[in-house]
Order: sequence, then structure tokens, then C-alpha cells
Amino acid sequence: MSRHEALKGNAFSTRGLTKIYGEGPAAVHALRGVDLELPNGELVVLLGQSGSGKSTLLNIIGGLDRATAGEAFFQDRDLTRMSDAQLTRYRREHVGFVFQFYNLMPSLTAHENVELVTEIAQNPMEADMALELVNLGDRGHHFPAQLSGGEQQRVAIARAVAKNPTVLFCDEPTGALDSTTGRAVLQVLKDVNEKTGATVLIVTHAAATAAMADRVLHFADGVIRDVVVNTVKLNPEDIEW
Amino acid sequence: MSPLDRKLLRDLMRIKGQATAIGVVVAVGVMLLVMQSGLLNSLEETRRAYYERYRLADVFAPVTRAPLDVLDDIAAIPGVSSVEGRITGGALIDVEGQILPVRAQAVSLPEFRAPKLNDLFLSNGRTLTPGRSNEVIVLKSFADAQGLKPGDTLSATMNGARRSFQIVGFAQSPEFLYTTPPGELVPDEARFAVIWMNANALAAAYDVEGAFNEALVALERGASLPAVLDAVDRLIDPYGGRGAYGVADQFSNRFISEEINGLRASSVVVPPIFLAVAAFLLNIVVSRMVTAERQQIGLIKAFGYSNLEVGAHYFKLVLTIAAGGALAGSGLGVLAGRALAGIYQVYYKFPFLVFQLDPAAFVTGVTVSILAASAGGIFVLRQVFALTPAVAMRPPAPADYSRSGALTNTLKSFLDQPTRMVLRRIMRQPRRVFGAVISIAAGMALSVSMVSLLAGFDRMLEQTFSIIDRSDLLLSFVQPMPERTLFELRQLEGVIEVEPVRIVPAVLRNGRQSYRGGVNGLIDKPRLNRAVDANMRTIEMPGDGIILARQLAEILDISPGETLTLDVLEGRRPRLEVPVAGTADTLLGSPAFMQIDRLNRTLGEPGRISAAYLRIDAAQGDALFRAFRDMPMVAGVTLKKDARAAFKKIMDSGAGATRFIMAAVAAIITFGIVYNSARISFSEQARDLASLRVIGFTRGETAYVLLGELAVIVMVALPLGILIGRYLSYLIARGFSTDLYQIPISTSPASYGYAAVAVLLAALASGWLVKRDIDRVDLVATLKTRE
Repeated sequence: MSRHEALKGNAFSTRGLTKIYGEGPAAVHALRGVDLELPNGELVVLLGQSGSGKSTLLNIIGGLDRATAGEAFFQDRDLTRMSDAQLTRYRREHVGFVFQFYNLMPSLTAHENVELVTEIAQNPMEADMALELVNLGDRGHHFPAQLSGGEQQRVAIARAVAKNPTVLFCDEPTGALDSTTGRAVLQVLKDVNEKTGATVLIVTHAAATAAMADRVLHFADGVIRDVVVNTVKLNPEDIEW
Repeated sequence: MSPLDRKLLRDLMRIKGQATAIGVVVAVGVMLLVMQSGLLNSLEETRRAYYERYRLADVFAPVTRAPLDVLDDIAAIPGVSSVEGRITGGALIDVEGQILPVRAQAVSLPEFRAPKLNDLFLSNGRTLTPGRSNEVIVLKSFADAQGLKPGDTLSATMNGARRSFQIVGFAQSPEFLYTTPPGELVPDEARFAVIWMNANALAAAYDVEGAFNEALVALERGASLPAVLDAVDRLIDPYGGRGAYGVADQFSNRFISEEINGLRASSVVVPPIFLAVAAFLLNIVVSRMVTAERQQIGLIKAFGYSNLEVGAHYFKLVLTIAAGGALAGSGLGVLAGRALAGIYQVYYKFPFLVFQLDPAAFVTGVTVSILAASAGGIFVLRQVFALTPAVAMRPPAPADYSRSGALTNTLKSFLDQPTRMVLRRIMRQPRRVFGAVISIAAGMALSVSMVSLLAGFDRMLEQTFSIIDRSDLLLSFVQPMPERTLFELRQLEGVIEVEPVRIVPAVLRNGRQSYRGGVNGLIDKPRLNRAVDANMRTIEMPGDGIILARQLAEILDISPGETLTLDVLEGRRPRLEVPVAGTADTLLGSPAFMQIDRLNRTLGEPGRISAAYLRIDAAQGDALFRAFRDMPMVAGVTLKKDARAAFKKIMDSGAGATRFIMAAVAAIITFGIVYNSARISFSEQARDLASLRVIGFTRGETAYVLLGELAVIVMVALPLGILIGRYLSYLIARGFSTDLYQIPISTSPASYGYAAVAVLLAALASGWLVKRDIDRVDLVATLKTRE
């Protein structure tokens, strides 16, 4: 898919998306009717305080959680109507995830962690190539325990992008990293977005990250308060923390 | 209450499911230990108290007819504390609705006083009226089996004369816990009766007025049994003494002793295995729990609590669970032991029960549980204490797999990533895997041995009653009969085949070893009742020498080629020296066999037979039984199917019955181990599994990563389980075997097959249960939490 084609449609759109945890007086309204359109191929940053609903949105459109009400479309498919097996296939074929705590398989080397995904993906890149992309081409034979936090996160990104995902979800990808390492990781995400054309969604509460995005969504109290489309994007290394 | 203690209580509430699961495993292990030891203790104590209260004799001295003043001579023997003379004799009792009469032993009671020895426990009715010759007290178990009531009349043939009696009461006796017709090995309360009568009446019936035909002797504490036996034998020898013997050789006592030994066999082998498995599980689960608490430990330490205080806190948690389980197990064990002892009390016909617990069992059970739990906790706590609070509060670094054995590149090319995960996990923690393999193998071994044991009991029945003995019935004679009796029997319509046997009671001796039993004289090539080798082939009777049942040879510690001393207890009571010609694989009793003519010649009584094995036409059965009933020389008829049924009943309700409990326990343990292994492995990998689900692995693919390890462990455990099971089967079969019956060690592949299938089913069921948990994993929650 070329960048041009990718820009044609929406990667995601939601209507009245609502998520309520719990019941009665203890109920928590994590999303209060979110309407949203995200075009293909953009790098999007979701900003907001803890509990503002940004992660909940990411989990629902990432196929990890189910909405209480409303609709969430991936391209033209309604995620809220998918069965468990369909959601699994959606994640398997289209989605890459990067988490704050990496979630690598400790029993597999970096290279094997990437292969874990390429083995089941339909149109994967070479595992070596994915590791090159995150500048870890020479550390593929190391186990997670032998890698630093930043390196582990880059392996996680390599694993997420190796399947050539349509979308890449990153939940606080730099949350556990120091600023230098964090910048490097963000640079990798930007590279992935530009080189593979994948739509990249980054959830963070580090407001400075917004400067590198095509589009910034500001969350508060379960709704999107503000959408900013950047005309000028900064490189991660130029971001002030 | 300190905040830490409050945390402890809340933690316990939070993990109540898991805590309960561990507690239950501990409880079952301790329960089994306490129950079994309490049962054994109680049975032994009850038996001892019963014997003591009802003054069971220490020595029994049967004699043909000895004058009463011999009793005074016996009383004068050093070491003898009291003597009682009595009269006993064989009788046949007519039972309504049965053609064949039931054999009985009539026993005299003193007329104007309670017996000095072998007293009765009167359970219904009243005692005998002195001077009345038509009153009898009947053994309760027989009365119950035949549905008799006090006041009923009983028709019996004694010494050839038929007489009618009134039943005045039922009694239990320490002497007749088990009863069996003379010459038979299988106790059967419905087919053998004991009746008590006034001494004068019985003396008249058996022509022994002014005399006795059995002396009962009680010994002083510390008296020498062999010395007294010798002295008694010398005194009664002139009157046809048939050899005095100690209570250890008394049939009923011997049987109950063997029964209790059978129970001991199961209580020695099984509870320790259960407890060991419980300890292992506890160890793993506790270490897992403490690891999960890592951050909290860091936090508590950051607040300024010392290692000791933190350690004590977790130690209390572990102790609460282990001690809770152990105490619950002790309580349940007491209840179960008491219930079971009650059942055995009825079964063994003790009139009362002395329930006595074994304090050692509580101590062992509680200590082992607590030690196992503590060991699991301490090992992990030590690692946690080594960390500074700051490090402890950070999530643990990923488990290091770099030093677990490397997979070669060739191997790798065959393996996909999930398979590599499975293999690396196994290689990284070989000890843990080994532990799981051992526990599953132990569980399976238990199953193997239980299936073998069940099969062994069946095989023993089958071999004894279908293969070794091919007759339909055994006809015993009042006294040894001439050979021509065989021809008379063959003349009867419906008799297909007749085979004689000469049965001679004897004491077999080899040096210091001796066994009170008998010798069976068989024809050269027996067809109906045989001595067989291990392959069930008939052993031909040697012209010279004696064939011993294998277990008899073991008791006597004698091998073929050596010479055995035989003290015959009948007729002229000769002492013979006989070479041992071979051993036979008999499963019932511990018989010895000789060629019948050779045996008769040695006794100086040629051509005599004591009994005959018959094969008959079933259609003519009733007519034949009527004919047998009218033959004065017939002392009794034993139908093989009755004996088989009685024996099966004995094995299904006595010590043998524990095989069913143990089989059930084995199945539960096996399942428990497999399931817990899967569960622990699941909780250790929950995060990885959730990650796999997130990156798009299906449930099935995720389950493969988890259950692959279980599958490998089970596959390794299967052959090991077979090996251990083989050995355990051997131990348990030996434990259950007595000199009254032997349980063959079944090496049939079927027992391994059943056990393997049981383990596989347990693995499948566990896999299914754990897979449900995988399906239910909250992906978001698992990934968001740090550990």
C-alpha cells in the first residue's frame, strides 16, 4: 500500500463510543460517547491525564476490549460486532502493539520474539529487517534479560512492525524509559510510520510528544476535548521534554 | 492488631481460593495419615482389650479324651496362670430351605460359673440354665447370617444322633471373630456355626463324661510359651494330644492379625506418598506467592520494617495456610478414622470399640506440612531480602534464559517459536520440571499399583477357583475313609469325576522356623485340585519328598533339596523327615503337598482318604446333595461357588476393601498433581500468554504454549510412572499378601494402560480447565499490571 493510497480513507472512525466499567454508583464512565475519524497513514498522539479515556479508546479500537455502546470501525468493519475469533484475526492481521512494559517473551531471543509474529503473519517482513529498522540488527541473538529497557522496547517495536501492520498502537511506549532512550524509541516509531505507511497511534501523557504528530487528540473525562492537526512536525530529537 | 497482621488477614481473604486449594491438599494428606494410623491403633487396641476382657486363652491344647485331673497337672506348670478344660465337637445343623446341612462346632460352657477362659459376650437373650441339656447359645454372626431368633429351635446332628435344641441367646467371642469349617481356608459366617452348650450335655453327646478334649491355658506375664507348650504336650500326649499351640496360631486370631497387617500395608505406603506430593505442591505454590508479593515486600522494607519482620509476616501467612490445612486434616482424620473404625468394628465383630489415636501421626502430618510450606517460602524470601527496597519495587527483570541450554541450529530449523518457548522453559527450570515429572509419575505409580492390586485380587480369585481347583465341590469325611469310598461316590448318578485327597494336620519345622498347617496328599497327576507352578501347569507329585507353597517355603526359610521336619498331629503322631522336592505357586493358604500313597504309608495308614474333590452334573445337584446328606461318613460339603463367593466377600469388605479407597485416592492425587502443575505453570506464564493473545495468537495457539509443557511433562512421567508403579505394585501386593492368601503381582500391560489413560485423562481435563482460564484472561488488565 503506497502512502498516497493509504491516505485516501479512514483507518478508524467511531460514533458515540461509550465504555462504562462497573455498575451502579461505582460505575466509571471511561468513554462518554466518542466521535472520531482518523485517516490512514497518520502518526496520531493521544494526550490526556490518567483516567481521561485515551487508553480505553486504544484498547477498544485495538481489539483488546469491548465497548459498552456505540460503534468503532476499522476501515469499513465494525469492531464492536466482531466475535472473539474475529478480533483475534483482526489483531493478527492488522495490528501491532507496543506496551509500556514491553511484554517480550523471556524465553525467546530478540530475533525469535520477532519471528513469533512473522510466523503467523500473512505478509511479514524479514525478522532481521525489522530489527534493522529499530537499529538492533546486531543483537538479535540476545535474550530479553540481556537487553536494556530501551533495547527491549525497540525489540517490542520490531515485533510489532514485523508483520507490516496496518496500524501500530503504542500505549505509553516511553513510560518506562529515560529521555534519551525515549527519544530514540519515538524516532523509531516515526521511521516506521514513514517507511511502512502504517497508521501509528501513540498514547502518552508526555505533552511534548505531540510536536511529532500529524494529529493530536486531547482527552479529558472520557471525551475528546480538542483535535489539533500539526502543519509542522518536529523530529523526536528536537523535542523539548 | 498491627497493620501487618491486618494485611495478613486481607491477603488471606484475597487469595482464599488458592489458599483453600493448598490447604485442602495438605488436609487430605494429613487426614489420610491420621485416619489410617488411628484406625490401626484402634483396631489393635480394641482387639487387645477384647482378648483381655473376655480372657482369651494363650494356649489351646486339643486332645482326644483326657481325665479332668490332668487340668491340675497343667495348672502346676510354671508360668501357667489359669486352666480351663472344655469339650468341643463337630456337628451338622439343618438349615431351613437348604438341602445340605451346615457344619458347626459345639463348645461346652461350665454349668455353675462363668468360664475362666474364652468367655462370651452375650449380645441377645440369656445364658444357659444349669442342668438343661437342650439349650444352646449360637454365635451371633451365624445367627444373623441365617436369620435366627432367640426362642427358635435348632436341629443338629452330633456324633451321629439328631437332636433338637432351643436357642436361648446369641453370643460373640474373641475366639471366633472368623470362623471356617475344618479343612477350609475361607471364613464364611453363613456356612459355619458355633454353638455353646452346658458341659454335661455336651460330654454326654460326645461320650467324654468326666473328661475334656480341649485344655485352654492362660500364661503369666513373662512366661515362656515354647516351654509351656512342651510341658502341656508331654502331659496330654498319653491321652491323644494333638499338639498344643499358642494363640498366634489360632485361626481366628491369625486371620484378624493378617487383616490388620493388610491395613498396615496400605497405611504405610500411601499416606507418605500423598503427604510428599502435598509438600511439593505447597512448596511450589508458596514460592510463587512470595514472588508475586515482591513489590509489596520492597514497599514494606522501604517503610523501615526489617527483614526479620517482613519474613515473619510471610511466614505467618504460610503457616496459617499450612497449619490450617493440617489442623483441618487432623480433625477430618479423627472423624474419618472413627467412622472407619466403627465400620471395621462391625466387620471384625468386636463387641465394643476402643478408639485410640496415634499422636505421632498428628505430629508427623503437621510438621511435614509446615516444614514443606516454610521451605518454599524461605527459599524465595531469601532472594527477595537480598534486594534493596528500590530494586524490589521495580518489576523483576525478565527471566534470564541466556544460560539455559541452547537449542542447536539444526534443531531450531524444525521448531517454531511457540515450541521453542515450551522447550526453553523446560530447559531453564529442569529441577522444577523434574519435580513435576516425579509427582505425576508418583501419582501414576499409585494408580498403576492400585489397578494391579485390583487385578491381582481378581486374578487370585480366578486362579484359585477356576484354574487351580477345577472341581465343583469338596466332600469331607468324618474320619479318614478307605479308598473304596471313591468307588461308591463314582457310582452315584451325576458324579462325573472323583479325586481323593488325604489331609493331615501337622506342624512343619525347619530349624527354629515352624508353621502349623497341614499336608495334602494328592494323586500322582491331580486333575481337579492341583499344585501348580508359576505357569499354572500341574506339578506331578514326586514319589518321595514334599512340595511346599512358595510362601510356606519362605516362612520356613527352606529350599528344594533341604529336609523338612514334619510333626504329624493325627493318629500315631509320627515325626517325619521329608526332603523338599519343589515349590508350588498357590495363592490361597500355605499348603504342603505329598503323593497320597506315600503320605499314607508314612503314617502307617494305607489307602485312607480324608476328603474327595468331585466334578458333578449341575442338573443332578439337588439329588446328589440329598444323597450326601444321608451318608453318615460325610462331615460336610463345600460347594466351590459358595467358597468363592465367601472369599470375594472377605476381600471386598475387610482390609482388601481399602484397595477401592486407595484406588480412588490414587485417582484424586493423580488428577490433583496434574491439575496443579498446569495451574502453577499458567499463573507463572499468564502475562506471556496474554501477550501472545494480544499479538494475534488464537486461543488454541496460546494454549499450545502452556499445555505443551504439560504434555512433555506427562509424556516423560508416563514411562517413569510405569517403572515406579511396578515397584510399588510389588510392595503393596506383598503388603496385602498373608499366609492365608497371596496377591499375585499383576504385570499385565493393562494396568499400565489403565493408569496411563487415567493420567492422560487427568491431563486432558486439567488442560481443558486451564484453557478455560486462558480464554477468560483479561488481556488489558494483565498487560497493564507490571507483574
